[in-house]
Amino acid sequence: MSGPSLMDSLFQRSLEDIIKGLRQQLIGEQAFISKALEEIRKEIKSTDLSTKSTALLKLSYLSNLHFHDLSFAAFHALEVLSSPRFSHKKIAYHAISLSFHDSTPVLLLITNHLRKDLNSTNEFEVSLSLQCLSRIANVDLARDLTPEVFALLSSNKLYLRKRAVAVVLRVFEKYPDSVRVCFKRLVENLENSDPQILSAVVGVFSELACKDPRSYLPLAPEFYKILVDSKNNWISIKVLKIFSKLAPLEPRLAKRVVEPICDLLRNTGAKSLLFECIRTVVTSLSEYESAVRLAVGKVREFLVDEDPNLKYLGLQALRIVAEKHLWAVSENKEVVIKSLSDGDPNIKIESLRLVMAMVSEHNVSEISRVLVNYALKSDPVFCNEILGSILSTCSRNLYEIIVDFDWYVSLLGEMSRIPHCQTGEEIENQLIDIGLRVKDVRPELVRVARDLLIDPALLGNSFLHSVLSAAAWASGEYVEFSRNPLELMEALLQPRTSLLPSSIRTVYIQSAFKVLVFCLHTCFVRGGSIVASASLNNLPAGVSASVSYESFDEFSVENGADASVVHGQTCASAPITKESIVNLLNLVELALGPLLGSHDVEVQERARNLLGFIDLTKPEVLNSAVQEKDDSEGKGVETSKIIKLMHDAFSKELGPVSLSAQGKVSLPDGLKLKENLGDLEMICGDLEPPSSNAFSFGSSYEQKDGLSFSNLQIKEDSEQTNESTSLLAEHRKRHGLYYLPSGKSELVSNDYPPANDPILQGDIDDNADNLVKLTAESLVPKRKSNHGKPRPVVVKLDEVDEKHVAMKKPESRDDSLSGAVRDVLFGCEDVPPTLSQSNLSNKLSSKRKGKEKQHTDPHAESKENVIDDGNSSLRRKDRSHGKERRHRSPRKKNAEERKETNQKEKEKSRRHHGRHKSRQRAEEPLKVSAQTPVIPDFLL
Amino acid sequence: MIKAVMVINTQGKPRLAKFFEYLPLEKQQELIRNVFGVLCSRPENVSNFVDAESIFGPDSRIVYKHLATLYFIFVFDSSENELAMLDLIQVLVETLDRCFKNVCELDIVFNYSKIHTILDDIICGGQVLETRSTEILRAVEEISKLEAAPNAITLIPKSASGWLSR
Repeated sequence: MSGPSLMDSLFQRSLEDIIKGLRQQLIGEQAFISKALEEIRKEIKSTDLSTKSTALLKLSYLSNLHFHDLSFAAFHALEVLSSPRFSHKKIAYHAISLSFHDSTPVLLLITNHLRKDLNSTNEFEVSLSLQCLSRIANVDLARDLTPEVFALLSSNKLYLRKRAVAVVLRVFEKYPDSVRVCFKRLVENLENSDPQILSAVVGVFSELACKDPRSYLPLAPEFYKILVDSKNNWISIKVLKIFSKLAPLEPRLAKRVVEPICDLLRNTGAKSLLFECIRTVVTSLSEYESAVRLAVGKVREFLVDEDPNLKYLGLQALRIVAEKHLWAVSENKEVVIKSLSDGDPNIKIESLRLVMAMVSEHNVSEISRVLVNYALKSDPVFCNEILGSILSTCSRNLYEIIVDFDWYVSLLGEMSRIPHCQTGEEIENQLIDIGLRVKDVRPELVRVARDLLIDPALLGNSFLHSVLSAAAWASGEYVEFSRNPLELMEALLQPRTSLLPSSIRTVYIQSAFKVLVFCLHTCFVRGGSIVASASLNNLPAGVSASVSYESFDEFSVENGADASVVHGQTCASAPITKESIVNLLNLVELALGPLLGSHDVEVQERARNLLGFIDLTKPEVLNSAVQEKDDSEGKGVETSKIIKLMHDAFSKELGPVSLSAQGKVSLPDGLKLKENLGDLEMICGDLEPPSSNAFSFGSSYEQKDGLSFSNLQIKEDSEQTNESTSLLAEHRKRHGLYYLPSGKSELVSNDYPPANDPILQGDIDDNADNLVKLTAESLVPKRKSNHGKPRPVVVKLDEVDEKHVAMKKPESRDDSLSGAVRDVLFGCEDVPPTLSQSNLSNKLSSKRKGKEKQHTDPHAESKENVIDDGNSSLRRKDRSHGKERRHRSPRKKNAEERKETNQKEKEKSRRHHGRHKSRQRAEEPLKVSAQTPVIPDFLL
Repeated sequence: MIKAVMVINTQGKPRLAKFFEYLPLEKQQELIRNVFGVLCSRPENVSNFVDAESIFGPDSRIVYKHLATLYFIFVFDSSENELAMLDLIQVLVETLDRCFKNVCELDIVFNYSKIHTILDDIICGGQVLETRSTEILRAVEEISKLEAAPNAITLIPKSASGWLSR
């Protein structure tokens, strides 16, 4: 190691030189810094502490503001720390605070330095080391230095005492056992008259109470005193923070503090304190109507204030109120809506949230209209903020606020056309979701989808691709509602679709397939009646097909005017003639031909499927186009069979399947999960028969055809739908209760069959179906609709499960810190773990508990309970316990209440006493070992 | 508690950075950059609060004040009051102003140690301990005196090691 020479230290550059050099930038910042760092590395090895400390200071500077590593100097910092000079120490402490952390290897070497300085007579030296401790303390440091911190907590130098108070927070957090030592002194400081100390202590308690409010309930009297007496705003704010945590836990406490807080609300001139009062009232005292009224009045003052800060905070407060008191928002509606056009992005977003909070099923369309228009005019960020919040609000709880789904679907379409729209994925999800869940909206959905698909300009916007994917899917899946399938086909195959990513392109091709099958079916099976009847007669398994075919008709009749009008228009507006079909086939071949060589396997495969289908049908179609209708014998039958099959395969509805549907299927008889899979075949055999007969067209027939590709497709499709249908039916059977919940869909009328229940349209003879129908009907509450149009059925799944999940809150786990605090504060009181779970309904127990808290004297009891090790809850002074509590209770502030409850209290302590006795007996054998824990001297 | 205090100039150069929890240097640099990115895009005469959850994680807020060429930034959590933090920025700035007589960016650039001393006097371990600038200045004054005096504390000759004297 080549130590720096005397010359080096003599001409050492100071920090100021470095800063000046950096500013002049003669050789560039990076070059200058690396040169400086080189110097520092040399200088820091110097034996001269002045040189060393200057180097360290420069290094700290470069680390703090230029982010250069300081960790290599950790040991040097310790060396500088040992210097007797204050200035050196200061530099060392600064460097240590900047760089040390839990895994710094030399961390433990600092313990003695810190201890020495904590005991120093120079208050600034002590302060330096406290400062450092507050930043770097780990378990070991906290444990080893607890006695020093404890001593400083009652230092007569206020400058040090308040710092010690602040440091305690970190010490507690790292080493919870220190609570047993320091907590009492910390509490004593609550009675200090110096506002600085008090501010520090209250600040620490507000931090502690944030993490585990319940443990600090026994200190409520002290906090109350401070709340009432304090003249210092900083202190009042912190005390309010504490009460906003404590009040929700203890209704009686809330009742006590509401008045003083309202007084503060009325009288304070300081905006910060005023805001804290408002926040406390609206978060924690929202049951007190008058207090909330008062607070909302003050919020209003904030809202109309010129200062954007107050306006922003006012809006924030309003948002908290809105959760329970929506009237507060409505009262300030004008201001809120005006704020939407504020120059401040914060204010805009806050007011947007508030506007969304006001949305209900009555005004959702007006508000959305206003907001969408607003989104058109605003900057991209806020525009998407608006769209996002509309989407999330409207889809909340399965679209509970949406009554007119036609409107909503067209709004979705409109939103996706807004230039800055980046919420494509959400719109995609909702379009598909609504299509699946809400049967009645499908005609409109197809119309919206068509409008989106047909616009070539939209294909160029990559944000819209996901929306287009949903549109393509919907138009294929619900093509029967389309007014002009031919036009749809053109839209799906337009040249600009090459701009789409291949994953979406596959959706397009698949949809084109569905549309094509539909067109062919309309033309040859339905349109040409002779063809249809002929094929019916000839089909061995035709029954099934005709059933589903009829069910389609039934459905459109059942669905009343809407559907049949659309249906009628289909034929009227776009008659599908044989010529148009031929054109269609040519179009598909032309468009998809090149895709056979696509790099993407999915695209290629789907294109091949579709073209294969065309290969099969085209000769016939051409043939029949030339020939007259009558000549439909022979091969024409074959084709229509294929078409019919494909059509049936596609016309089965897809339903939303709940995530847990699988789990709801009961174990079929004979399925032994734990046995060898050799039985699998038999099980499959068992499963076949119960499938609804709509699907019974089947293997025997298909195999005859020998059309391998379509065959596979059908099989796959039918199996899938079959499965989901049976799952759905099963689910409905068992949970029919939850299908049409009474609360939300009160507007459900019986005219509509529940969407996505194919069985309902199928064979009515099926017992299970009847049951389903019955339960569904009997459970629909027949309420009067207050809208012109009844709300369509929205299929819901898994209500139970969702609720169940939602209710599963994480159990509040007691960490060691709060455990320790409780031990000290609650003393011998046997804190039942259920304390936190109790609620008002359990009047008796909560009353008793309230009293326990009130009469717990932290000072007295912490003394008793130092030996408590948290788990065994063994007590030393059990016998004197009840008596002692009764003695202490008169010290409490609440004289009035005491009078009332005196009687009960006696009773209670008697009971308590008894309980303890019995526990004592039970734990007698353990007691011997319980005597061992060492009691820290300072507490006794 | 207060999580961090920063002073950044309008070009994005940090002039003061104090984090009350340990953060790796890269993280510090990233945070400062992100905060500056948010602040410099905000127009004048808007509110002084910024939603910081995207930068500092849940339950964190930013209050800042734009004065001349500097942004003064406080990052804190829900146990602090926003307006009080704004006042605290004012306290800091006032103290600096009294300390340097019309403080400007250069004062802060060249008085690295002193700025930290002042800040340490106001905040310790993330807790606000002193809000009166006279008191802060008095303490800072005394600390500077101690720093200037050679061996003012122990009065032990430089050669003797601190270990032995105790």
